[in-house]
Amino acid sequence: MTDARFVHFENVGVTFGKGAEQTEALTPTSLSVAKGEFLALVGPSGCGKSTILKLASELLKPSTGHIFFGGRELGAAPVRVGMAFQSASLLPWMTVRENVMLPLKIVPPFKAAFRAKRNGEYRDRADALLEQVGLLDFAEKSPWQLSGGMMQRANLCRALIHDPDLLLLDEPFGALDQFTREELWQTMQDLWISRKPTVVLVTHDLREAAYLASRICVMSPRPGRIVDDRPVTFARPRPIDVTFAAEFSALVQELRSLIVHTPTSTRREAAA
Amino acid sequence: MTPTRQRLASTALIVGVFVVWEFFCLVAGISELILPRPSRIVASFIEYAPAIWPHAWQTLYTTMVGFFFGVIIGLSLGVLIGSSKLAYDTAYPLLVGISSIPKVAVVPIFVLWFGAGTVPAILTAMIICIFPIVVNVSTGIATVEPELEDVMKSLKASKWETLVNIGLPRSMPYFFASLKVAITLAFVGSVIAETVASNKGVGNMMLIASSSFNVPLVFAGLMVLAVMGVTLYAIFAVLERRLAGWAMRKEI
Repeated sequence: MTDARFVHFENVGVTFGKGAEQTEALTPTSLSVAKGEFLALVGPSGCGKSTILKLASELLKPSTGHIFFGGRELGAAPVRVGMAFQSASLLPWMTVRENVMLPLKIVPPFKAAFRAKRNGEYRDRADALLEQVGLLDFAEKSPWQLSGGMMQRANLCRALIHDPDLLLLDEPFGALDQFTREELWQTMQDLWISRKPTVVLVTHDLREAAYLASRICVMSPRPGRIVDDRPVTFARPRPIDVTFAAEFSALVQELRSLIVHTPTSTRREAAA
Repeated sequence: MTPTRQRLASTALIVGVFVVWEFFCLVAGISELILPRPSRIVASFIEYAPAIWPHAWQTLYTTMVGFFFGVIIGLSLGVLIGSSKLAYDTAYPLLVGISSIPKVAVVPIFVLWFGAGTVPAILTAMIICIFPIVVNVSTGIATVEPELEDVMKSLKASKWETLVNIGLPRSMPYFFASLKVAITLAFVGSVIAETVASNKGVGNMMLIASSSFNVPLVFAGLMVLAVMGVTLYAIFAVLERRLAGWAMRKEI
C-alpha cells in the first residue's frame, strides 16, 4: 500500500522551545498522501500547515512520531522535493531560464551532467516548462522585469523541473491579485494534469483549495490537528466557471464553517 | 535631468572649480608658496615629468600589490565570516577593534619589521583596504533571504553549493561597492607609508618638494595621485556594472 501511503505521517508532533516556554506547533497528527494526489491543507494562520510542509521537506525534524516516504522512513533515502513559497525568490543575477534550471545544478542525478547538458537537454527541459506556463518569450529576461504573476509561474517551473517526488506549495499565490491568482490556478492545474506530481498545497484561500485539490484536510487553530478530511470530486480539467457553481460554493461554505467554528468545539472537547 | 545634461553639469562644475581657483589666486595675489595656480601646477608637472614618473610608478606598484593582497585576504575572510553566524558574531568585535586603529600608527611597526621602503607601503595599503571588503562581503553573505536558503535546503544543497550559487553572487554588489572604497584607501595607505619611511614614491617626492619649498611640485604630486585614484575608481565602476549590474536593475 505504498501508493496510498506515498507520504505517511504517523503521530508526528512538533514542539518549539524547552520547559515552561514550550509551545506546541503541531499536535501528534497522522496523515497520508497518496501518490499523484493533490492535497490541500487549509486552516487558520498559525495552525501548523506550514510546519507540515517543513517536515515533509526535511527543513524541520519532528519532535515525536515518524514520517515515511514510499514506505521508508524520511532521511533514510533521498527524497526529491520541489518547493514554492509565497515570495517567488528568484535569483536576480540569473535570467528566468537559468533560475528555472537551478535545481538541475544541485539535485542528483541531474547535477552530474549539468555542465554537459546545460545548453542542450536541460535547456530544452526548462523551455518546455516555460512554454507550458506561457513564459517562453521571457526566458532571457531578468526576474525583476516580470510581473508578480509571471514570477510565480517561473517559481512553479523551478519547483517542477527536477521531476520532484513531492511538490510542496506554501501559499504560492497568496500575494497575487484575484485575477492573476485565478489564472495561476489554471496554470497549476494544467501542470498537475500533465505531470501528475504528488502535491501538498498549504493555503488559507478556501476557493483555491476547492478549485485545485483532489482532497482537502482542514486543520484546527494552534496547536494544529486535522479536523476534517474530504475528497473533492469536481471533474477535471475544472474550468474556472466551476467556482461559481452551487456545489462549489456549498463546499467552500462548509469548509469555512469548519474553520470558523472549530475553536469553540475544541475547547468544549478539552473541557469535557 | 537627462544623463547627458547631468554629465555636462558635472564637467562644468569641475572645470569651474579650477577656473575660480586660477582667478582667485591671480586677483588676490596669493603667493605660489601658499597656493599655486592650477596653470602653474600643470606647468610644474610637465617640467618635472621625467622625475615624477618613477615615483608615480612606485606608488602605483605598491598600491596595486597591496590592494591585490588586501582583496584576496578581505574576500576570503569575508566569505569565512559571512558563512557562519557564529564566526560572524565572534569575529566582528575583533575586526572593529583592528579597523579603529589609525593605519598611520602601524607604519613605524612595519618599518621596524621590514625596514624602510617598498614593503611597509605595500603592507599599509593592504591592511587599510581589508576591513571595508571583509565587512561588505560578510554582510552580503550573512543577509541572504531566508526563503532563498529554504529553497536551497529543500533541494538538499550543501553549504558549499549554497555559497557558490547564492551567497557569493548575492554579495557581489557589496564586494564591488567595497572595492571602490578600498582602492582609494589603498592609495592613502601607500602614500602615508612613503611619506613616513621611504625614499621613493609620490608621497616621498611631495615631502622632499615641500621641504625645499617647491610648492607647485607638491601640488603636481597631488594631481598625479588624484588622476591615478580616479582612473582606478572608474575601472572598478565599469567592472561593477559588468559583473554586478543586475543589482542596479539595468540591461547588461
